[in-house]
Amino acid sequence: MAKNTATDSRPNVLGAIGAWLWLAIIILPIYYIFVTSLRPQPDYYSENPLSWPENATLDAYIRVLENDFLLFFLNSVIVTAVTVAASLAVSLMAAYVVVRSRDWFGRNLFRVALLGIAIPIQAAIIPVYYLIVQLGLYDTLAALILPSIAFSIPLTLLILTNFLRELPESLFESMRMDGASEWKILLRLVLPLSRPALATVGVYQALQVWNGFLFPLVLTQSASTRVLPLSLWSFQGQFGVDVPAVLAAVVLSVLPMLAAYILARRQLVSGLTAGFGK
Amino acid sequence: MAAPALLLFGFFAILPLFGVVALSFVHWDGLGEITWAGLDNWKAAANDSVSRNALWLTIKLTILCVLFQGPVSLLLGVFLAGRQRYRALLATLFFLPLLFSSAAVAITFTALLDPNFGAGTALDVDWLSQNWLGDPQLALYVVVFVIGWCFIPFHTLIYQAGTRQIPKEIYEAARMDGAGPVAQFFRITLPMLKYTIVTSTTLLTVGSLTYFDLIFVLTGGGPGNATRVLPLDMYLTGFRSYDMGKASVLALVLVVVGLAVSLGLNKITGASRMDSRSEG
Repeated sequence: MAKNTATDSRPNVLGAIGAWLWLAIIILPIYYIFVTSLRPQPDYYSENPLSWPENATLDAYIRVLENDFLLFFLNSVIVTAVTVAASLAVSLMAAYVVVRSRDWFGRNLFRVALLGIAIPIQAAIIPVYYLIVQLGLYDTLAALILPSIAFSIPLTLLILTNFLRELPESLFESMRMDGASEWKILLRLVLPLSRPALATVGVYQALQVWNGFLFPLVLTQSASTRVLPLSLWSFQGQFGVDVPAVLAAVVLSVLPMLAAYILARRQLVSGLTAGFGK
Repeated sequence: MAAPALLLFGFFAILPLFGVVALSFVHWDGLGEITWAGLDNWKAAANDSVSRNALWLTIKLTILCVLFQGPVSLLLGVFLAGRQRYRALLATLFFLPLLFSSAAVAITFTALLDPNFGAGTALDVDWLSQNWLGDPQLALYVVVFVIGWCFIPFHTLIYQAGTRQIPKEIYEAARMDGAGPVAQFFRITLPMLKYTIVTSTTLLTVGSLTYFDLIFVLTGGGPGNATRVLPLDMYLTGFRSYDMGKASVLALVLVVVGLAVSLGLNKITGASRMDSRSEG
């Protein structure tokens, strides 16, 4: 990666104005979410919407937490964790097969995965709904997990395959010479070496699953299986005029992703840009 | 070892692609019996003025999204490719919208754009407190803006990565020849970003064709049918009007339009191998 570009040789006033303007556009709604969530509900109607609340309070958060928010949060944690773990596991195994095999099967497995990235969930949602109903999984967390794994496989496989291809051939050969089985090579060699790639794609997939809306909307129904994005939508219906509570729920739902961003910014950014265009 | 991935992907992603073709030829309400329909669904969809309008709205939305997000992302990305510290800080903050779910963004903007209590009332300017989402003339443009708020950060990242790949020497040579910043941008940066532009535009176009959750929560397709784009029309037809057959036709239209656009874009620009320059 080049260390410098032309843009840093002299001040770019126009660019700077544009960038700070865009920053204002980005920050204003986020600031609005935050201050409104701290506003007492009656004051929402009287105070200036962008002012700092005169009687800042956490009451809105308490109202949200009293309305099963923790259950929805836990559902989201389960769905995200299981999906990402399973997706990484099955994709790593498949990526190992793609990299190791020199035959028709391995090459075409990879091609199918490339095509798979282009399948929009929206186009497949009706048959997926049909399959989930037939399997008797409708309105369970498994109904969210299984299709989410399936749709995360192509990109995960792509990134892991590209990563494994970079590993020196001699590593595999020496272990094979020692009589190690394929499984042993996978567990002892491939898994530890792939950790950076697994982190990158894992963080990215976690963000996708955590924020996913269509699968939960179509494949679940009851409050006991509700995940966060769907709960925000139903809070909006349920709380209606209680805007501070709705926006407090928004804040709570984004906190884990904000934490992930602060702790693993590099992985998240490279995960977002790693898969495109292939 | 590849079997679990193949099974899962085959069952929940490949099989549904064939399934949606099959379902477009049957009557099914989502719960009851499935009966053969022949071409009924196709005829019904073709004659449905709401669905035809949805297709038109989708095309319009896609064009507006490309025109809005493309240039803004490109300019921001090129700017952020610089290594100054404040630009790094800006890049960190620009990323924030990507952390929010579409549902969260839609809910936020519903409140923010409320004509009576939203942010428009903060300043005493009448123009700002319009009924942004309730006016059929305005709603689609507001949707385009909110979608831009969500996705411009992503495309900015792509352009930032693409710009950083341009060798520094080219700029130095241009400076020696006396090229100013504007000339450098048009003669070097833009041509060198050709593949990045194709990649970003393809992703943007295919993305715009399938935007669902944000519009669903933000407007529900309204007011009237003013923002009822194709994916939304498909969902409402299938899961609200319980006509899965016709909804499958609409899903197929989505797939075909999406594929055609991305293949077409690559053909026009002659960039059949987009991967050569796009690695961040």
